[in-house]
Amino acid sequence: MSIGIEHFLTVGALLFCLGLAIALSKRNAIGVLMGVELMLNAVNLTLITFSRFSVSERPITGQTFAVFIITVAAAEAAVALALAVSVYRNRETVDVDQFNLLRS
Amino acid sequence: MDGFGVTFAFWILAAVTLVAGSGVMVSRNLLHAVLFLILAFVGVAGFFVLLSAEFIAMAQVIIYVGAIAVLVLFAVLLTPRASRDNSETVWALPGMLLAVCLAAIFLFVVHDTQWKTMTDAPLLTTQDLGRSLLGTWVLPFEIASVLLTAALVGAIMLTRSAEEEAEDALA
Repeated sequence: MSIGIEHFLTVGALLFCLGLAIALSKRNAIGVLMGVELMLNAVNLTLITFSRFSVSERPITGQTFAVFIITVAAAEAAVALALAVSVYRNRETVDVDQFNLLRS
Repeated sequence: MDGFGVTFAFWILAAVTLVAGSGVMVSRNLLHAVLFLILAFVGVAGFFVLLSAEFIAMAQVIIYVGAIAVLVLFAVLLTPRASRDNSETVWALPGMLLAVCLAAIFLFVVHDTQWKTMTDAPLLTTQDLGRSLLGTWVLPFEIASVLLTAALVGAIMLTRSAEEEAEDALA
């Protein structure tokens, strides 16, 4: 059985939904961030799949976009983890259901 | 993509990646979850190699496994009195239901679409990627570098403690 575009897209979709479930359900803010990173990775996998398989004049654009997503993911991880450490310093917890300072 | 090697590698990588992703979900220790996350990143890097995107695979290993995973581990270790049980909030069930529905939609779309695929893919080298990155997409490339600088300065600002800021004000 030959491996085609559907196989890679299926893995990407499943990984994305797994990351979504983690990001929506975890209590620890660092756990939520891990789900977001998985989602970004799944998107990268899908982009590279289309870059490899789809008919295009410039298929390298898919890989270029993946480079930018990796960059943005690194920046996002740095800021999000700095926020988690900062919140921990003030509240002694990083549980997302304890972040209620902005509740009126 | 025929051939025994490709098929074998695909199924092994798919199993490793999805099992490791599920491990992030189900493991009851936050540190174990981070280790499963690293395994999932390595699995995705393997997929990139399989799709002949070797530069992205290297970047994935260096940036995700080498930098982001270490950053996550640091954040876990810097919050010692926070919860470690990797538990779920009350939104766990709705979140999982939403994810399952989305997965069903995605799988339906993936398998019912007639994808226009190439029979023989062109060989994309790292040289092509470099030309694309510093040729067509040079402006987004520069903006990305500004974004990285801003994010790192922001991260340092956010994690400074009040005492450090007071010392800097005196100096």
